[in-house]
Amino acid sequence: MSSTATPNGAAGLRANDVDPDAPKEGRTPLAGGLASWVDERTGAAKPVDYLLKKVFPDHWSFMLGEIAMFSLVIVLVTGIFLTFWFVPSAGQVVYNGSYVPLKGIAMSEAFKSTVDISFDVRGGLIMRQIHHWSALMFIVSITVHMFRVFFTGAFRKPREINWVIGTILSLLAINEGFAGYSLPDDLLSGTGLRAAEGFMQSIPVLGSYVAYFVFGGAFPGEAIIPRLYTVHVLLLPAIIVGLFTAHIVLVAVHKHTQYPGPGRTNDNVVGFPFMPVYMAKAGGFLFVVFGITTLISALVTINPIWMYGPYDPSPVTAGSQPDWYMGFADGALRLFPGFFEFHAFGFTLSLNVFIPALVVMPLLYSIAGAYPFIESWVTGDKREHHLLDRPRNAPTRTGLGVMAISFYLILFFAAGNDLIAIKMGLSINDITRALQVMLIVVPPLAYWVTKRIALSLQRRDRDLVLHGRESGRLVRTAEGKFFEVHEPLPEHERWALVQHEALTPLQLNARVDANGVRRRGSLNERLRAKVSSFYFAEGVHPVTPAELAAAHHDGTAREAIAPPQDWVGQVHGGADERPESDAYAPHEHEVDPDPNVAR
Amino acid sequence: MKALASRRRHPAAIVILLLLGLMATGGLYSLLAPKSAQAAVASADDLTTGRKLFLANCATCHGLNAEGTKAGPSLVGVGAAAVDFQVGTGRMPLAGPAIQASRSDTIKFNDAQIASLAAYVATLGPGPSVPDSQFTSGDGNIARGNQLFKVNCAMCHNFAGSGGALTRGKFAPSLRNVSGRHMYEAMVTGPQSMPVFNDTNLSPTDKNDIISYMHELDKDQNPGGMTLGNLGPVSEGMFAWIFGLGLMIAAAVWLGTKAA
Amino acid sequence: MNEQGTEPMGADESQPGTALRLDRGHIQGHGGIPERFTDPGLAPHVHRLADREERAARRAERQVAMLFGISIVATIVFLVAYFAVDLHTYAFIPGIGQANLSNVILGSSLGVSLLCIGLGAIHWAKTLMPDTEVAEQRHPQRSSDESRRATVETMKAGAEASQLARRPLIKYALGGALGLFALPLVVQLAGSLGPLPKAELSTTFWRKGMRLMRDPELTPIKASDVTIGSVFHVMPEGIDKSAHFLEEKGKAAVLLMRLDPKDILIAKERDWGHDGIVAYSKICTHVGCPVGLYEQQTHHLLCPCHQSTFDVTQDCKIIFGPAHRPLPQLKITVDAEGYLMADSPFREAVGPSFWERG
Repeated sequence: MSSTATPNGAAGLRANDVDPDAPKEGRTPLAGGLASWVDERTGAAKPVDYLLKKVFPDHWSFMLGEIAMFSLVIVLVTGIFLTFWFVPSAGQVVYNGSYVPLKGIAMSEAFKSTVDISFDVRGGLIMRQIHHWSALMFIVSITVHMFRVFFTGAFRKPREINWVIGTILSLLAINEGFAGYSLPDDLLSGTGLRAAEGFMQSIPVLGSYVAYFVFGGAFPGEAIIPRLYTVHVLLLPAIIVGLFTAHIVLVAVHKHTQYPGPGRTNDNVVGFPFMPVYMAKAGGFLFVVFGITTLISALVTINPIWMYGPYDPSPVTAGSQPDWYMGFADGALRLFPGFFEFHAFGFTLSLNVFIPALVVMPLLYSIAGAYPFIESWVTGDKREHHLLDRPRNAPTRTGLGVMAISFYLILFFAAGNDLIAIKMGLSINDITRALQVMLIVVPPLAYWVTKRIALSLQRRDRDLVLHGRESGRLVRTAEGKFFEVHEPLPEHERWALVQHEALTPLQLNARVDANGVRRRGSLNERLRAKVSSFYFAEGVHPVTPAELAAAHHDGTAREAIAPPQDWVGQVHGGADERPESDAYAPHEHEVDPDPNVAR
Repeated sequence: MKALASRRRHPAAIVILLLLGLMATGGLYSLLAPKSAQAAVASADDLTTGRKLFLANCATCHGLNAEGTKAGPSLVGVGAAAVDFQVGTGRMPLAGPAIQASRSDTIKFNDAQIASLAAYVATLGPGPSVPDSQFTSGDGNIARGNQLFKVNCAMCHNFAGSGGALTRGKFAPSLRNVSGRHMYEAMVTGPQSMPVFNDTNLSPTDKNDIISYMHELDKDQNPGGMTLGNLGPVSEGMFAWIFGLGLMIAAAVWLGTKAA
Repeated sequence: MNEQGTEPMGADESQPGTALRLDRGHIQGHGGIPERFTDPGLAPHVHRLADREERAARRAERQVAMLFGISIVATIVFLVAYFAVDLHTYAFIPGIGQANLSNVILGSSLGVSLLCIGLGAIHWAKTLMPDTEVAEQRHPQRSSDESRRATVETMKAGAEASQLARRPLIKYALGGALGLFALPLVVQLAGSLGPLPKAELSTTFWRKGMRLMRDPELTPIKASDVTIGSVFHVMPEGIDKSAHFLEEKGKAAVLLMRLDPKDILIAKERDWGHDGIVAYSKICTHVGCPVGLYEQQTHHLLCPCHQSTFDVTQDCKIIFGPAHRPLPQLKITVDAEGYLMADSPFREAVGPSFWERG
């Protein structure tokens, strides 16, 4: 049989033709095709759907962490550009580029390459400036984000781990910044490195060894620039990116917290879904942050290293400060009295340098990192918290936070004492003395003032709920009495003011045990009760419905309150209904209440 | 008049009224305000003129023979350069006691009077004279001037000559837009807290190089953008917190508010 | 205790926010009043203009499109300017002064291009995308008891299967191996660090007979060059020939000043100087910044970093600031030709303190 014979004749030749008018089955559009290809290899459809449906609550203060995240992205992207042109070497060369005031001057390769990036690489200066400005914004936004998380109590269970990660990220970020601005080896940052070497020297027993090991010999040496480069470009970014990934994964796992409000409970997240709203908003915000940073970088100089000149141990500039985020450490060095250096038996203990330079920073960050655990020990609260606190509803925590910030700020301003002196025409010695005193006096004062303000705000909230808002309408009764009508708060507005829980101090365990013997309680217990009392003894409780009802009955017959919409029961009171003397006489329905009747 | 009266409630009326009031007050003030005293120039003899000016304006604090009093130091040996600098930059005559004399834009004397004052003080004792213009022209080696400036001057005056703090309220002033002659004279006479950089410390060519560097900075070439005063990281940090964060928070608030 | 300050009658103290009993405890139950307010639920949704009117929606669309359009234009400006604008042109821009045109144009166009994409996307989300609030349920973070039990079982079974508990030899040997393996990595890094400081922190380049040279020109200084009120920045002779120039500079920097000998209050300072000319280490004893600010009239030396102030009339004793030790003095004299020279190296370590300094 011939193999070329067709089985069904001519018609069979067309048997497998595709009908052009038939619907195209199994032919998906391009994007769908790509997604399908990926899904067949990863099974990603379900998790992607889950992520796309994720709800994010809407509040501007939740964007602060995003500013940090986007600034990190910008810093990484612009940093890659810079690494193509920067030379991390301390080898000496002579400059011969386009910047006239440095022509013929000897300098390190690091400095020369930075000047070249600024003047002789197209777009180099804008990239350098975006990199530095976004580094500043990174740390600014981390700080503000940290404040927001602290004051709203977002570090409580289950987010303690995230808080600790965040604290570590913050510490790494400021050190990464220090390494970064020291790389160009200019006069200002070189002076900072010189001070850093002095800090290391002050370490008891090991100081000179640590200094020599880090710098590979005497200061400045040829090792520090390449080593800082490795730390800045490889080591710290890797750790930061890793920790940051853990940080946002935990946010996704825990879901974002939300401010209290109608419809928002501890068991839900109310907001908008990721697709499409948050994709557009968060994605758009990335571009906005990048755009603002770029515009600032286009118009405002930062770190003009060509003006500082190359580092040399002999010259120094007036107004030598580190970048702002190291200011608190520099300020601590300026304020710490020189008295605390002791010599004995041929050894020197320089606490006047060691403490402000090497103890203050880790100490402050450790206290910050430990705070969630301190607070959970104080409250004994083991529940999950997903509803944020309004800062006024946690007066002691808010006060402690402001106290810490005021301590930090005084150290921070101390770093600029010489600039304050010349700009305000004051004596730098007076400023320094004043700041030394303020460092001790202001933080407790700030705590006290803040706590009082928070308690007052809480009382104001109570007043608002109990007595409503003055409407400005005067009503005259038949007897000729005048009173002002107060509009009660609408239910949705009222809810945010009354939903919070006022914590009470922990009680000590039973003072008398099972056998009738008095128990003193362990030191830990007693300390805990004391601290808990410090936190919560003075508290303002949220208004309850009964209190609101009592407000209707309160003897001041001047206010007539319109009944709230959901109030089931009778409304009494008001000048025209009952004489004042009868305000607390039993009413009909109280004489024989039937608990089974719904009211 | 009717046309004006009929428009008295026009919204622009208040603006125009205010403008007229301001112009009237300002004009009256400039007409009636006391003028600062002009020192009289009596004769063509410079030394006599100089002495007369000195007695009228300086002797109260510096003594009749410039020997010094509690209010002002001796001027014997300060040289013509010191007078040319102090008076020429408006620092002297000092109106009243101050932590230090500051540069002023109101210069009490014209060039001829300053020259005669300087000539008189120069006779009191040998001292630095007004420098030759070839060393104050600012046509020297800019890079070398930069290097010398960084070692000798930046620790007080800041890397860009923006000024810096000294102890107890004293300060090293900004060097922006100072003439070469005045800078030379300041270096060579060491006014107030400033040390003396005589010509054997920094040679005249050295000084000219430094002046050249300062004049290069006066060209105000700021490739990176606004300099925020060339005061270093403090102003940059302030800018980041106030404007950087402010703009981004504004954007975040806008992002979260409901559309109309 | 509640805010009213009075003890509520019959209130249960352990419950925060207990209801005030109007009946003063005479009635059982709460009299029908709930303990706490209840959640009123999500507020009623308010529609935006763009939801209600198609015209408003189209306007929003145009606005978004315009923003994206501006971004495109800005990107094109960047691309053109990148090649067209010369890198070294300056032009006057108010507020900046003489600005580098390339930097300003590239930066502004890039900034606008990025910003407008962001503004457009956000405006789109705000006006056209749904803004009805959606609620997602949370679940406790804690795993269910069965999951926990299952995990513990798996771990236990695995541990059993590994026989680790039954094989103490493996256990101890594993502990030893794991405990030790990281040591070589640490030793490799730490062990190669160095060098040891030995006596380097206590010695400088200065030797007896070295002339004092101007910094940075490195020309010698005659005693007669130094007038009262002068300050010279000084380096030792020959330091530029040193193999570690900057490192030696960092310790050898010296400040030379001349005072009226009558103003010097300490005899040793006068002896170590020459006719009122004194030389002190320029490296601050706090953390090492160069102390260059000499106030001629008060004879104070100020360090710009942390404001340590040294009094030159009292052998550079500390009179203000966080430093502790005075600046070390260099003993100087003149040579046969009248040039200033060191009469001895520094008698103590210069710069910041360290443990073994003494």
